[in-house]
Order: sequence, then structure tokens, then C-alpha cells
Amino acid sequence: MSNRLTEPPTGADEPRIGVFVCHCGTNIASKVDVHDVCEYAGTLPGVAFSTEYKYMCSDPGQEFIAAAIKEHKLNRIVVSACSPLLHEDTFRNAVAKGGLNPYYFHMVNIREHGAWVHEDKASATAKSKDLVRAAVYRIVFHEALERKRVSVDPKVLVVGGGIAGIHAALTLAEAGKKVYLVEREPTIGGHMAQFDKTFPTLDCSACILTPKMSKVKSHPNITLWTYSEVAEVDGFVGNFKVKVKRKPRYIVEDACVGCMDCIDVCVFKEAKFEDEFNLGLSKRKPVYIPFPQATPQIVTIDPDTCIEVKTGKCKKTCVEICGDRNAIDFSQKEKIEEIEVGNIILATGFKTYDPARSPEYGYGRLENVYTGLEIERLINSSGPTGGHVVCRDGNKPKTVGIIHCVGSRDEKSNKWCSRVCCMYSLKLAHLIKEHTGAEVYNFYIDIRTPGKGYEEFYDRLQGEGVHFIRGRVSEIADWIVSPEEEGKLIIRVEDTLSGFVRRIPVDMAVLAVGLEPRPDAQEVRKMFNISCATEGWFLERHPKLAPVDTFTDGIFIAGGCQGPKDIPDTVAQAGSAAAQVMALIDKGYVELEPNTAYIDEKECSGCKSCIPLCPYTAISFDAGSLKAVINEALCKGCGTCVASCPSGSISQNLFEDAEIYSEIEGVLADV
Amino acid sequence: MKYSYYPGCSLKGTGKAYEESVLAIFETMGVEANEIDDWNCCGATAYMGVDESMAFGLAGRNLALAEREGATDVVVPCNACYLSLNKANKYIEEYPQVKEKTDKALAAGGLKYGGSLKVRHPLDVFVNDIGLSRIKDAVKTPLKDLKVAPYYGCQIVRPYAAFDSQRNPTSMDQLLDVLGADVVDYPLKTRCCSGSQTGSLPEVGLRLVYILLKEAKRRGADVIVTICPLCQFNLESYQDEVSKRYKEDLAIPILYFTQVMGLALGLSAQKVGLTRNLVHVFPTLDKREVGHV
Repeated sequence: MSNRLTEPPTGADEPRIGVFVCHCGTNIASKVDVHDVCEYAGTLPGVAFSTEYKYMCSDPGQEFIAAAIKEHKLNRIVVSACSPLLHEDTFRNAVAKGGLNPYYFHMVNIREHGAWVHEDKASATAKSKDLVRAAVYRIVFHEALERKRVSVDPKVLVVGGGIAGIHAALTLAEAGKKVYLVEREPTIGGHMAQFDKTFPTLDCSACILTPKMSKVKSHPNITLWTYSEVAEVDGFVGNFKVKVKRKPRYIVEDACVGCMDCIDVCVFKEAKFEDEFNLGLSKRKPVYIPFPQATPQIVTIDPDTCIEVKTGKCKKTCVEICGDRNAIDFSQKEKIEEIEVGNIILATGFKTYDPARSPEYGYGRLENVYTGLEIERLINSSGPTGGHVVCRDGNKPKTVGIIHCVGSRDEKSNKWCSRVCCMYSLKLAHLIKEHTGAEVYNFYIDIRTPGKGYEEFYDRLQGEGVHFIRGRVSEIADWIVSPEEEGKLIIRVEDTLSGFVRRIPVDMAVLAVGLEPRPDAQEVRKMFNISCATEGWFLERHPKLAPVDTFTDGIFIAGGCQGPKDIPDTVAQAGSAAAQVMALIDKGYVELEPNTAYIDEKECSGCKSCIPLCPYTAISFDAGSLKAVINEALCKGCGTCVASCPSGSISQNLFEDAEIYSEIEGVLADV
Repeated sequence: MKYSYYPGCSLKGTGKAYEESVLAIFETMGVEANEIDDWNCCGATAYMGVDESMAFGLAGRNLALAEREGATDVVVPCNACYLSLNKANKYIEEYPQVKEKTDKALAAGGLKYGGSLKVRHPLDVFVNDIGLSRIKDAVKTPLKDLKVAPYYGCQIVRPYAAFDSQRNPTSMDQLLDVLGADVVDYPLKTRCCSGSQTGSLPEVGLRLVYILLKEAKRRGADVIVTICPLCQFNLESYQDEVSKRYKEDLAIPILYFTQVMGLALGLSAQKVGLTRNLVHVFPTLDKREVGHV
């Protein structure tokens, strides 16, 4: 050991290192001579004990480590096995069970880095030896570290009042947790409130949703803020400080009873402005309620169209009729509410694809081309036509074509499958047929119905005489080749089952548009400090094992903001997010990994170069001492600041210079 | 602005009016266009199917000549030539085997192509280099009340051109709009004119021509405006035949977009080759009081 550049600390206990080499069944043993590696490890400086075992991660394997620590008086442990991502925690616990500080431990990956990437046994074995040697050199420098705890504020913020946000909020509230539910629209309900029926059971969407909406409104544990947006998020898991911007709706929420007299007497005799809830298929006045079951059941005054808000020169008939109730207040200003919460669930939802981006389908140019969501509104009895599915001229369509995969599974728009369009196309086919008796054609490239009762629903639709034509529609056109086509929309498609190009004249075309991330997903991502996948959907920590967690502790995602999903999956995910939050709340604290960066205050020059580099916003500047300060609760141990610090004043636990240099020396040592 | 100019065979023959009008507009707008010295056949799209390397060699020679003359952009008005030259340019850039073969062929003739050229269509030059606002300012006699169906043909934006949408090109619509024309919504704008099928398979070819003509008339167009000599030829020359076959009057003037542009810029009918058109446009123009004719 005397020829080493990095000398082990003096004065401490003489290192007694234990090396445990795992076979991982045949995963490692078939490509690495485990016995050879184990014997070799025994010859390394400081190693007091080395052994091999078939499954180190099994219960007996772990017991074996704990027992060996006591029996051989080991004070440093190296496990040479698979990836620390999988089992670092397992072995740290085993080390702790043996009475050692769990950070006197290092894991070597000879499976992914050895057995799985080498063809030749000799080189895989040689590399495994190198890696074990590096670990033995490094571990001498390990120090005992302590996991810190921070307490968790039991209040929760849920962002987004669609079915995901509603379900998560109610689950938490029912469990006795205090919840803030923030929704930017005047009402909660989200997209689900716009649907008429839900697939595959065809139960009325509003009937199953509105009881939950009113429960949200009346629940003593839920503070509901509609027409509001999160403006700022600060803090860390268990201790977030959030600012919520409450937009003025010019209505005193507690005073309004939703009598709607003000809407009737508004100076606009006719509704004139595009109704957002009905996607512009109907008009509303500047003072409005989005739909009959809106929650809260109070009116909103739209500042962009209200004469009084815009010019201050209206007769204010609305104020007059409201009388003593005084629910209308044009002096309202934007208000910022500051709240403290321990956890946040993001359920900000999705947007539907704008088919004008695919000009071949004629949306916006040909008047009888609709999106699926527009047809939902036409079918709905509280919609713009009172539940009549009619073309723009008011006539019932005799033939309807539904085009699948518009803005989905297409290199030119969105590559992904939007998961719900097949099923909602089938549902719309059924409902349109029921309402109009029309011949309905479905143009599909695949039918994807993977859900409980979904395939059965597809079978049922085939039995109902809906036509299915396989092929991607090339064009919806109004140019004709025969007199029979006059006045119709012509759907041009290659029928890939019969092998012919077909022209199918229809009265109405319905585009089954796909789902996309919301346009402001990037801003939301930044505000909450989470990641997005390349397509813009919020990224979960692990697609299978942590589907509602994000990479930021204390922030969870649910519903359409994470990716396209139907109502059952959304509700399941929202429940899961609520359960994760409750686990944190009921535990009362979170343990922080100690592999964080720390600053040597004497050395820090206060240059601030580390602050903008930190991806977790964990570093701040202390104006008093003129030094940088790292918040351990936010630090994820990425090491960016350590590498960038010009004065070398930032170090990181478990990645100290001595540890890394010694590890390098170990790899390179010519033994 | 200075460009190298590649006319191709049709602009010296059936598409003479196109050449006259393109050059006249270049002159009016102060664009210098130098015809490539000793240019040859573009390798035509049909040749690509028979012998690709020969076609690349032919197109490559034109590119090499233009590059040797110091050009950076070569303007190609014929859609078929535009496609051939553009395709050769891309393939030479992207596929080492194509480059190697073409280099060898060019070397035999003492030439070399360094790959520096950009292949441009006059429509691209007008809209993106000269710019619509400059053209708008230059308009002397707006095409008032003239209903125009803009017909782009299949080759202009597919698959290599990047200056407009491949599914719904709109640059000619915008150009016609600043010229003061009444642009008709013409969804068949990139549909096939039948190419050379009118000669080899008239049953198929004439039906395609019929659909294009009929739809333009159905939408109330006074004229169809094209940017390709082959489209112009097909739509114009077979009108008698198609009208007889489908028992409909399908006569409608087919103009090059540069011809209507020239009229709006105040050029004479003679100067933009209008007297060469087979279907007389003058009655239509007189009725609409367009241009000085």
C-alpha cells in the first residue's frame, strides 16, 4: 500500500474490507470466472475476507453479509454484483444490519459492465477484477454519513380540476387531508364534462362526473379555487411555498347564487362571443356560466368581451338586477394567495390535436368537417343544438365518415398512438347512428381496443352495421367526378383490404383527433421543476415502477398530462398519486440521501457561477456572508456544481476527491 | 440579384411563352439571369426510371457547368427539370455511391461538381427572394375581377422542395393575391395532370385532364394558372378532345403564372407570349378588363 499516491487516512481503524462476489445465477457466472475474481479480491490490500455466493441479493445472501461483518470484524464492504440502481439499498440495509454505517459500502457492477457486455470470458473476468480492485482502493476513504430527515406539511396542492385532479383531491380529502384544488377555467370538470357518454358502458358522462364535482365544492377539506393559476413554486418536498394567482371574475363568489338573471339582462341581447366550452359551436355573452352543471355554480365575467371591463361605459344592467345581493364587483383585481403544502399533484391534462395542421382533411375550410370533441357537444343535450347531430345547414346527415388517427401515429404530426381515439370513434359511431340513423363509415389503420370490455364493444359495433374500411384517408375533398357527388364531402382512401382506391361521399366527416401535451407544458414543467419526455408529456420517474412520481420528490403527476389515457386509467393513476402523497404525509418525514454537495465556506469566493448551473435550483446566495448556500433537501447529488466551482470549494459526499482519485488509481494499478 | 438560368428543352419549344414571360419579368424586376452555356437535357423524370446513373450524369453536367460559371443559385422554370436537377443535387450530396459515379462521368468530360449549387424555381425566387411586398409595389394593372385557379402540378414541392408545404402549397396563391387576382379555392392544385400518359394511355390521361378542367370551371375560374410547361400543354392542348369525350364545354385559358404576373406588372401581351396560347385568353381578359391587350 505504500506506493499509493492517495494515502489512506491515518489514525482511523485499520481497514478490514469484506468483498462479496455474486454469481447472479448464470447471469454473471456464465461469463465471469467468479471464483477467480473472489480469490483475487482476497489478495488485495486491506481485504480481510472475500467470498462468493449464488444470489447475493436473496435473504440468505443478505444475512450472510450481516453475519460476516460480525464474525470477521469487517469495517468496509464491497459487493460485486449487478447495478446499484437495483440493489444498492438492499445491500446498504444488510450492512446496517451487520452493525456498520451503511455508507461504508460500495457496489461494483460486474453484470451490466462485465458479463453482459463481453463475449469472451477471460476479458470479462479481467475487467471484473479491475473493477473490484478500484472499489477496494476507494472504500478505504469512505466515511460514515447520516441521512437527514425533513418534516412533511400535511396539506396538498392539486393542480388541474379535470377528472384526474378531482379524483385525487377527493381521495385525499376523504382520508382527512387538507387539499387546495386549483383550476384555471371558471369551472372544474375538464374534458370529461364535455363528453356526452363514456365508452364502453355508454353511461352518461355528466351523471358520473357531476356528483364528484359537487362533492369537491362542498367538501370541508377541499379549498377550491377556480379561474386561478399557480404563479410560483418554491421550496422542496414536504415544504413547498406556492403562490396562486386568482384572476378577477368580477363576481363575489360567496354572494352569487347562480340565478343567471345578470346573463338575461346583459346589454348584449344576443350571445355574440365564441363559447369555449362548446368549442365555438355556439355563442355566449360576456357574462356566462360554461354549462348547466358547472361547479362552482356562479357566473363569470369575461374581461375580453365585457364592455364595462373594457371601457367602463356600460349601463351595467347586470349590477342593477343583482340588486342588494351585490354579487357583481367590477373593482376586483387579480389576487395572489400564498399557501404552504407538503406535496403537489399535477393533473394539468392535455389538448386535442388541431386538425387544421393537416390541410388534406379540410378542417376549417370545408364546413361539414368536425372534430370528435365537437360531435360530443352536438350529441349532448345541453350542447349547442340541444342534442341534435346536424350538419351546418341544420339537416341530419345521411352518411357520416369517421376518420381515425388524425394527428396520431403519423410522422408528419404526432408519432404516438393517442390511445382513446379508436374507442371514442366507435362510441361516436354508435351515438351518431342512434341519433340520426345515418350510415356510418369508420376509416382506420388499426383498431386498438385494449381495455376491459373494449373489444366486446368493438364487436357490438360491428353487429350494429357500422362500416369499417382499413386505410389511411388521403383527403377529404369537395371536388367531384360524378353528379351524385355534388354537395357531398368525398373521402378518398385506399381500401387496403380490397386493394382499391375508393371515393366515399358523405354528408359529415368526423376527425378522430389525437391528444397532445398542452402548449404551456414546458412552462409548467419549469415552474414545478420536473422533466418532460421528448414529445412534451410530463416524465414519470420510472415507466413501470414509479408511474406517478417525478424526478422531483414531492411532486406527482396524474392523468392526461403524463400521456394519453382514458378515464379508467386516469382515475386509477390519480388514486395512485393520492396514495403516494398519503404515504409521505402519514410517515411525517422524508429521509434525504446524504450524497449531497456541500460548500467549504472559507474557500467560497461568492462568484455565483454554481447557482444558474444547478438543475434543481438547490443553490442560493447568502447576501449576508456573500457565500453560496446549498439546500440539502433540494440537492440531488448530480455533481454539476462540484465540477464547475472555480475555487474548488464545493465537494460532494460519497464523491470526495480522495475517493475518486483512489478509485482511478485502483482501476489503473498494475498488479 | 444574380442567377444562373437553366431553360430545359420545353422552354425553347412548346413552352416558349413561359421563357419569354419569365425573362421579361426578371428584366422588369432587375433580376439578372444568365443562361448556362452549352446546357443539355435535364435527364428528365422519365429517364430516371430507365437509367438512373445516366440521368444523374446528365443533370450533374448542367450543375457542373453552372458552378464553373460561378453561380450559387440556378433558376429552373420547368417543373420536370426542377425535379431532375434538384434530385440529382440531393443524391450527389447524400449518397456517396451516386457522387462517385457522377464524378467519374463528369471527369470524363473534363468537369467537376463541388455540390455548392442551389436549385430554385422562379416561384420560389419571386416569393422568397424578391418578396411579395416588392412585387405588390411593382403592380401597375391589378388583375381585378379575374378569377384564377392556381395549379401547381405534382412535381414542384414533392418531394425535394422545401420552400412550401408539400401537401398544401400556398406561395402561388399569395403571389396571385398581391397581383390583385381573385384566387379560387382549387383543392386539386397538386394533382397529377397525367404527364405523358395523354400520349401513351389516353383513356387514363384524358380523364385526369377532364377532372382538372371541370373542377376549375365548377369553381368559377376564368383561367387556370400553371407553373409547369407539361401541365400547361396537357391542360390546354386536349380541351377539344376532352370536351367531346365528356360532352361538356371545358374550354378555359391555361396561362403560365408568369404571364398573368407580367400583365399585372404592365408588360404587353406580346412580351409575355400571350399570342402563343392555343386557347384564346383575350376575350376573357377583355371581359374582365385586365391588362392592356
